[in-house]
Amino acid sequence: MVQNLGYLKETPSQTAGPYVHIGLTPNFGGISGVYERDLGSSMVNEKTLGERITVTGRVIDGAGAPLRDALIEIWQADAAGLYNSPSEMRGAADPNFTGWGRCPTSAEDGTFVFETVKPGRIPFKDGRLMAPHITFWIVARGINIGLQTRLYFPDEAAANAEDPLLQRIEHRHRAETLVAGGRAPNYHFDIHLQGEKETVFLDI
Amino acid sequence: MSDTENRRPETGAFFQRDRDWHPPAFAPGYKTSVLRSPRKALLSLDNTISEITGPVFGHSILGELDNDLIHNFAKPGESAIGERIIVHGRVLDERGRPVAGALLEFWQANAGGRYRHKKESYLAALDPNFGGCGRTITDENGSYVFRTIRPGAYPWPNGVNDWRPAHIHFSVFGHGFAQRLITQMYFEGDPMIWKCPIVGTIADARAIEQLIAPLDWANTIPMDARAYKFDIVLRGRRSTFFENRPEGN
Ligand SMILES: [Fe+3]
Repeated sequence: MVQNLGYLKETPSQTAGPYVHIGLTPNFGGISGVYERDLGSSMVNEKTLGERITVTGRVIDGAGAPLRDALIEIWQADAAGLYNSPSEMRGAADPNFTGWGRCPTSAEDGTFVFETVKPGRIPFKDGRLMAPHITFWIVARGINIGLQTRLYFPDEAAANAEDPLLQRIEHRHRAETLVAGGRAPNYHFDIHLQGEKETVFLDI
Repeated sequence: MSDTENRRPETGAFFQRDRDWHPPAFAPGYKTSVLRSPRKALLSLDNTISEITGPVFGHSILGELDNDLIHNFAKPGESAIGERIIVHGRVLDERGRPVAGALLEFWQANAGGRYRHKKESYLAALDPNFGGCGRTITDENGSYVFRTIRPGAYPWPNGVNDWRPAHIHFSVFGHGFAQRLITQMYFEGDPMIWKCPIVGTIADARAIEQLIAPLDWANTIPMDARAYKFDIVLRGRRSTFFENRPEGN
């Protein structure tokens, strides 16, 4: 026998289910009066630094239909490439930018919308710069563990070409699933759960 | 931004997730997962600053009744119907260290198994005094507590006769976005846990047991509420000794 490392196991994930709105966006879900407003519904204010952008999109299932009951969260750096997080050691992020947003997909057509700013570049662990990107996290009924992916920008071809994560993707057409459509300031990002256009999801 | 500000922030990358401990994306016993599961391999990458960092929430977001589901939707002087319970526990990381300042959000059906949601069609009655959502933030020891009623079991369209065991949904933020987790808590002694296709997406019985809260008799409040204890474990951080960064970085 050897000593016990004593590590615990991570709590296993379970689906967010069809009623995720009750817990995470109750005002959107029709439960008013408990929380003043839904958390993550606004990332910017009038003093936020940087280029304002809008990201819209959908989450599309294996039959080609958009999910109308999904919930998306995004996490990103500010315009200078700094995160509004206690674990950010490189400097103070813009206090007028949360970096985190939460949006349910619409019950009518399944779209999500984030009003945010274009993030700056962030170093990879070896010091190379990553291309500007936004982390996406998707939960819904039928999704057993939150799906993580990244949005990259279509007008950052040079930065994308040297991005360490994009470079790790073996097939070029797969890497393209992480690059949004549209152009500044209105980007469009569809996330495909399955099929020919299946988005690259991350174990990170 | 939070009570954790006085501590030295942790900046290590997180332990790799044990994907065999979690349910797989594709689990045909849970039919909705069939069309909503990625089929290609995930791209594995060590954490970058984008995953090591994460949003942290301060107590200023919390209202006085946010951790009291018996009263936070009820009319003044009234309360939700059902068995009164206290749910409490700690949020730890895989190294057993408390996660202070973790935001927990929870939601559940009422005592009859009915959710307050426009898409809900179960014939059980709504409770006019029960909304079904709450939230809290862990203290310096990673501890949390909230008060609610024990949710009812409910049927759902999957198989012809599938029922969900009584459960409370939990959403958890740690300190890094890579720790983001949604899960469900079940109740000790409920025979329906082992019949549920959603529970059954988890392969390892020991992992399922990690989701079952024991009755905590010692913390029961006499003549008031029984207690259940539910500890949550988030991904742990690697120590940052001898990281392979370029010199001077
Ligand atoms: Fe449920």
